[in-house]
Amino acid sequence: MFAPFLLALRGAGLPVSVTEYLALMGAMREGVAAYSVEDFYFLSRAILVKDERHLDRFDRVFAEAFKGLEAAEGLNPRALPEEWLRKLAEKLLTPEEMAKIQALGGLEALMQRLAELLAEQKGRHQGGSKWIGTAGTSPFGAYGYNPEGVRIGQDKSRHKRAVKVWDKREFRDLDGDVELGTRNFRLALRRLRRFARQGAPVELDIPDTIRSTANNAGMLDLKLVPERHNAVKILLFLDVGGSMDEHVRLSEELFSACRTEFKHLEYFYFHNFTYERVWKENRRRHDRVVPTEEVLRTYGPDYRLIFVGDAAMSPYEILMPGGSVEHWNEEPGRAWLDRLTTHYRRSAWLNPTPEGGWAHTQSIGVVRQLMAGRMFPLTPDGIEAMTRELGR
Amino acid sequence: MIGDLPVAAFTSTETYIASRDLEVAVNAAVSLQRPLLVKGEPGTGKTMLAHEVAAALGLPLIEWHIKSTTKAQQGLYEYDAVSRLRDGQLGDPRVHDISNYIVRGKLWDAFEADAPVVVLIDEIDKADIEFPNDLLLELDRMQFFVYETRKTVTAKHRPVVIITSNNEKELPDAFLRRCFFHYIRFPDRPTMERIVAAHYPDLRSDLAREALNVFFQIRDVPGLKKKPATSELLDWLKLLMVDDLPAEVLRSKDTHVVIPPLHGALLKNEQDVHLFERIAFLARRGGG
Ligand SMILES: Nc1ncnc2c1ncn2[C@@H]1O[C@H](COP(=O)(O)OP(=O)(O)OP(=O)(O)O)[C@@H](O)[C@H]1O
Ligand SMILES: [Mg+2]
Repeated sequence: MFAPFLLALRGAGLPVSVTEYLALMGAMREGVAAYSVEDFYFLSRAILVKDERHLDRFDRVFAEAFKGLEAAEGLNPRALPEEWLRKLAEKLLTPEEMAKIQALGGLEALMQRLAELLAEQKGRHQGGSKWIGTAGTSPFGAYGYNPEGVRIGQDKSRHKRAVKVWDKREFRDLDGDVELGTRNFRLALRRLRRFARQGAPVELDIPDTIRSTANNAGMLDLKLVPERHNAVKILLFLDVGGSMDEHVRLSEELFSACRTEFKHLEYFYFHNFTYERVWKENRRRHDRVVPTEEVLRTYGPDYRLIFVGDAAMSPYEILMPGGSVEHWNEEPGRAWLDRLTTHYRRSAWLNPTPEGGWAHTQSIGVVRQLMAGRMFPLTPDGIEAMTRELGR
Repeated sequence: MIGDLPVAAFTSTETYIASRDLEVAVNAAVSLQRPLLVKGEPGTGKTMLAHEVAAALGLPLIEWHIKSTTKAQQGLYEYDAVSRLRDGQLGDPRVHDISNYIVRGKLWDAFEADAPVVVLIDEIDKADIEFPNDLLLELDRMQFFVYETRKTVTAKHRPVVIITSNNEKELPDAFLRRCFFHYIRFPDRPTMERIVAAHYPDLRSDLAREALNVFFQIRDVPGLKKKPATSELLDWLKLLMVDDLPAEVLRSKDTHVVIPPLHGALLKNEQDVHLFERIAFLARRGGG
């Protein structure tokens, strides 16, 4: 019963592994959830979920997995003995298969094979096949026998509740509204960091200490310097044009990764391409306009400029006065791009569309050319390549 | 080492209201000797949890508060070479024993303790993203090696480890795999009433009711920069009690009456105050 549950969790994208499975077995044995089904739910949640964004998915899988087990007299789950996995492997897999799985990466592969077997088992279930059944010899007979596992008690009153805790879906709004996967981006962005000493002197400056100690005829004379901080300054220009809608998630991830990685971070929004104005607040596009001139005046050339956009538009929008789809622009967008890339000595363009498709969009080619080739895909690898470019 | 620990028995107390799922998570972590990672909105009682667990188990608490500059090594020990150099110059005999200059960190203290302790690693997300990875082995095996003295420090008793995070940074998978996890959901109204009652048993019930109405209304305002949480509610209630405000004031639809008692305690920045004013204004127009 647990195996399909765990597999379903994996299927739903929760990174559960044998480690968690064994921990759950251990906790059951310790009697942590011996009193009620609800406790069993709480226990498995505490052990199998590692991220609040997964709680809602967990609830759904839990409801599904334990639905069929509710007999009239209540839930009657049985724990499996801890050696279950190993036994299962021994009985179901040939020695050659075992060897292969070991070679393939052990338990991960085992889980995979297990999934296949379970799928097969589903098909044969009706006839009381060798897989499931009352015959205690089948490892899947573990459904029916339980020499040492911990039983979950049947708390009848709790079952009368109209809604089970996991059916309340209380974590629904946590699923996915927080930044996802920024870790990879942040690790990639790290290369950009440039350390400089700022603030109060708290760190020992060894060369200086030795020098002045020597000057002092060998009596120790401590010299301190301020701690090193990341001093890189980043200016982000984020495209919020319509075609970017499908990339919002990715852009947000990049944005929050930048925000945690860099103290000096300024960002502006633009629509499709750079013109004489940008926005500070995406929602107030029409009243909080910042002239691009002002950006150039305010943020010095030491800022590293990163554009984030799909660069998918009509080439007119880049090359012609009045080409903008939103307003009348006196000067072609490219003039502004040139100004920006000249003022900021280090700049690059991150493109959320997959690199393979770039050649099919004319405007991407144009922007790439204007950026002198410094366009990178918005992936951890792309960011890493970009940081190498910007870090030079 | 199993058996060292008292029977896992963490439950809600007079002063700390824990939901059943939190109780189960804590007891599972204690009995399986795994670190418990606790997340949740600011002010939902993550830090206080560690104090309560220590009290419930009757164990001392060792607190390690993490800052952006904290290094994992500092939790183990630091070697104070500079003091040793200075002592050497002054001819202090202590200088011959390097262990005089090994400064123990919080984890060392916890490992060396003669009885089990509870260790709180508070706000782990404040540190560098590599910080959790640097503690994997120590938390797994509950031991570490001191290079200077060539000694291994092993926990006499595996401590109960509680780790809090405010989600400023994502934690590495390898680290997460070793922890049990609990997300403290923001308390619903009945739970909040219990928390309030736990803190202020003498609070007038009409004032409590109106205050909670206002509090949950404010939390519902979309777009607030900083939603007030439990700790803000408690601070605010204290102010209201000190002023001995009649409950009607809180029911008033006039923002000039309502806002001043809110400002500072519940709404912590100008922008949010403006937002609230606007919404209260609209509500008034809609209602009248
Ligand atoms: N469940 C609760 N029962 C009783 N009091 C609570 C509870 N939750 C929060 N509080 C009160 O709120 C205050 C803030 O809690 P605490 O500092 O532990 O929150 P936190 O989650 O650690 O916040 P932060 O993320 O800001 O560090 C506590 O001092 C306590 O008075
Ligand atoms: Mg705290």
